[in-house]
Amino acid sequence: MPGSWKAAAAAHAALATVGLTVALATSDAEAAPQRRASEFTLANGMQVVVIPDRRAPVVTHVVWYRVGGADNIAGQSGLAHFLEHLMFKSTGKLKSGELSRVVSRLGGRDNAVTVHDATYYFQRLPKEHLRTAMVMEADRMRNLRLVDAEVATEREVVVQERRSVVDNKPLAILDELMTAALYVNHSYRIPVIGWGPEIPKLSRELALQFYRRFYAPNNAILIVAGDVSEGEVRRLAQDTFGRIPRQAGLSRPPRPAEPAQRAARRVELRDPRAGTLSMQRYYLAPSYKTAAPGEAEALDVMVTALGEGPTSRLYRLLVEEKSVAANAGASYSSVALDSGTLNVYGVAGDGVKGEALEQAIDAVLTDFIAQGPTEEELELAKSSLISGYIYGADNQASLAHRYGSNLAIGRTIADVEEWPDRLQKVTAEDVRKVAAKYLDLQASVTGVLVPAEEGKALEARR
Amino acid sequence: MIAPALAHARAGGRRLALALLGLTAWQAAAAAAEIQEVRTPGGVVAWLVEERSLPIVTIRFAFEGGAAQEPDGKEGVASLLAATLDQGAGHLPGAAFQKQADRLSTRISFDTDRDAFFGSFETLSANLAKSVELLKLAVSAPLLEPATLERTRSQFLARATFEAGDHNKVANAKWMAQSFPGHAYSRALLGTPESIRAVTRDDLEAYRKRVLARGNLRVAAVGDIDAAKLAQVLDDVFSALPAQPQLSPVADVSPATVVRPQVVKVDGPQSVAVFGRRGYARNDPDYMAALVLTQILGGGSSEARLVREIREKRGLAYWVYSILYTFKHASVLIGGVASPNEAVGKSLALVREQFRELAEKGPTQEEVEAAKSYLIGSYVLSLDSNAKIAEQMLRSQLQGLGRDFVAERKAQIAKVTRADVVRVARSLLATDDLSVAVAGQPTDLGP
Repeated sequence: MPGSWKAAAAAHAALATVGLTVALATSDAEAAPQRRASEFTLANGMQVVVIPDRRAPVVTHVVWYRVGGADNIAGQSGLAHFLEHLMFKSTGKLKSGELSRVVSRLGGRDNAVTVHDATYYFQRLPKEHLRTAMVMEADRMRNLRLVDAEVATEREVVVQERRSVVDNKPLAILDELMTAALYVNHSYRIPVIGWGPEIPKLSRELALQFYRRFYAPNNAILIVAGDVSEGEVRRLAQDTFGRIPRQAGLSRPPRPAEPAQRAARRVELRDPRAGTLSMQRYYLAPSYKTAAPGEAEALDVMVTALGEGPTSRLYRLLVEEKSVAANAGASYSSVALDSGTLNVYGVAGDGVKGEALEQAIDAVLTDFIAQGPTEEELELAKSSLISGYIYGADNQASLAHRYGSNLAIGRTIADVEEWPDRLQKVTAEDVRKVAAKYLDLQASVTGVLVPAEEGKALEARR
Repeated sequence: MIAPALAHARAGGRRLALALLGLTAWQAAAAAAEIQEVRTPGGVVAWLVEERSLPIVTIRFAFEGGAAQEPDGKEGVASLLAATLDQGAGHLPGAAFQKQADRLSTRISFDTDRDAFFGSFETLSANLAKSVELLKLAVSAPLLEPATLERTRSQFLARATFEAGDHNKVANAKWMAQSFPGHAYSRALLGTPESIRAVTRDDLEAYRKRVLARGNLRVAAVGDIDAAKLAQVLDDVFSALPAQPQLSPVADVSPATVVRPQVVKVDGPQSVAVFGRRGYARNDPDYMAALVLTQILGGGSSEARLVREIREKRGLAYWVYSILYTFKHASVLIGGVASPNEAVGKSLALVREQFRELAEKGPTQEEVEAAKSYLIGSYVLSLDSNAKIAEQMLRSQLQGLGRDFVAERKAQIAKVTRADVVRVARSLLATDDLSVAVAGQPTDLGP
């Protein structure tokens, strides 16, 4: 599922970020785009990206596959994610769980994440063990075995995972329902973890079919960030992943197309655990992959001005001035293959009804669509986004994720590294235009989470 | 999502557990960099790592005291103060203060755990001088305007009602309440709806004046700044604070025994159980052996006993863990597991079985080596960013460790033998004095 890391920023940083700093501090100089990451492609088609970060003797090693939860066909929701779990089981060389055991013993940590468009596996470890990580990761790219017993137990684990991350959390349930309503046909409507009744039907055979079809070097991207040179990564990658043959005829399967959106939708979830009434609205919007030039950047500025932090328009008006909301904001899910999503949300203030909250939010949006941001809002939003990019360079895992998530949907290193410059060019009118175009109720779903009166969590001693 | 889920337990479960216990950081650390001690003319002591490759200055600081210093009936005052300090100060009312911070790309925030009140400051080095002005105002001249307090109060109330439906938070809060009866640690870290309503502006001011002082201040700085400049910054920021705090004494305490699981009902298909007992203090000679043992029991690896038995073999949970944690006045071994309502008792029985098994037979030599190897080797992952280094240095100061804490920790873990772990297991993994709390609707716990 998305969001285990906050998408972040560029690295090895010194030069580039100093350039940006100067630009911010004097707020006039144009910062020239700086190249940090480098890339090459192995003979078998595997793409490789190296991001130097030399501050500590550590590397972050990630393999991204260009396949994810949105590539599962109807009735097999959750299959990509289930396979991700099974990738930690046995191969010919590795026993079940051995990869993680070895990484742990070497002082490393590992994990994996499935999102709609991709699945990625990572290890963070002392740099001298990079080769070991690559050998094991290359092994499980093609040699996964799986025995029935380990598949059955792991399926139970996923059932428990779903309960932990969805069924026990009203906001996660609402998100699942809203996403399914927002996308009428596109497979983004399917939850990555899978629908409850379908997870138990996922089998060893289905998982292996999916694995054999999509797990191959020419469908993968290797990202190495850390205390390592491009030359060394090249040598190690050729010697490990480079030995795996290219798989013929591999391409991302077509996905169901999203028809024109014709009506506003509503979802209301009553849940005794909700606590306070809250409202969310999702709008269909382009992603960085699908947007016309400049539109995604303008949308980023828009959500920041509208709803990022206490100086944003929604917070200032609804929380500080009118007290209709205890919290309010907006966000933009922008790194995706086929579509992005805007989210505007509010948590009701004391005694405030859902309709009043929604009307107040809509009034702010209507005004924003008509007037756009003020010059001050525009500048604050840009400054905040660009400083986020710079601070993001402090965290190696975030850095690796920024490149990986973008390259997995077919964007380039240049797309990533030129982002601050493109962002600087956004005008108030650009922002107003995307607001008018994409804050469109016809292409939205509104979700309301209502605390049920009965069954509030009561303390019961036993 | 996240697969081997051990890591998820670490990322999700543990973080939640820690947040609830009131811990803000992970224990561990490893430094490639050299730590300097900076003593300012104004009497502030700080640890500094110069790191020039990013144009960023990061400062973390803490005032010892934390939520344990809140008056009875005013629980949550420290958290409310933390949430309001950066919302208007000096000549800059709420919005103006935050706009200025945004303009300078400066991040200022405050937080509290049970034992300390924390501040965090991050800025671009080019904007240092102006950003420091803001920090100084927040620390020494916050406005704490009535409208700000009311707004923040309503956010706290909304959060409190929401978190009453969060299994993790409910179970952890229940565990603290039942394990430390009558002690400050038993109280709700973020307050109860009643206590949040009772807090006045005078309470915020009184707490601030008692706890925010130079005498109980610890500082860690990392980034694009040298010792002389840092000294100047710190004296500038903290000079207006009183020399000494006025802290109430807090008694040392051990967790109470509550063997029969205490259940708080929360709707949902899955329950969260939290179990724990007395641990080892950070300065105990056996602390590192206990740390190794806790890693073997329920650390972030699929070979950890609890993970192997409950998740890997039986699929009874997505996450299960154990950690050793040292409060200033208590040390605990604590763990948690999220299991289906109908198998909570079964999971807890497996927990007890693994406690007994390890206590009676001890771990294998291989388990000890693997755990030591992980704890030593992974250390550097906790020190690979400016923010993490600052956090670790601050924690180490609060725990009374020296600047050589990185090397010291490594040496102490390296010395741990299987015999040490076996000896520690006999006392650390007793099951007759566990305290167990559950949030959910468990059906197999008996009458």
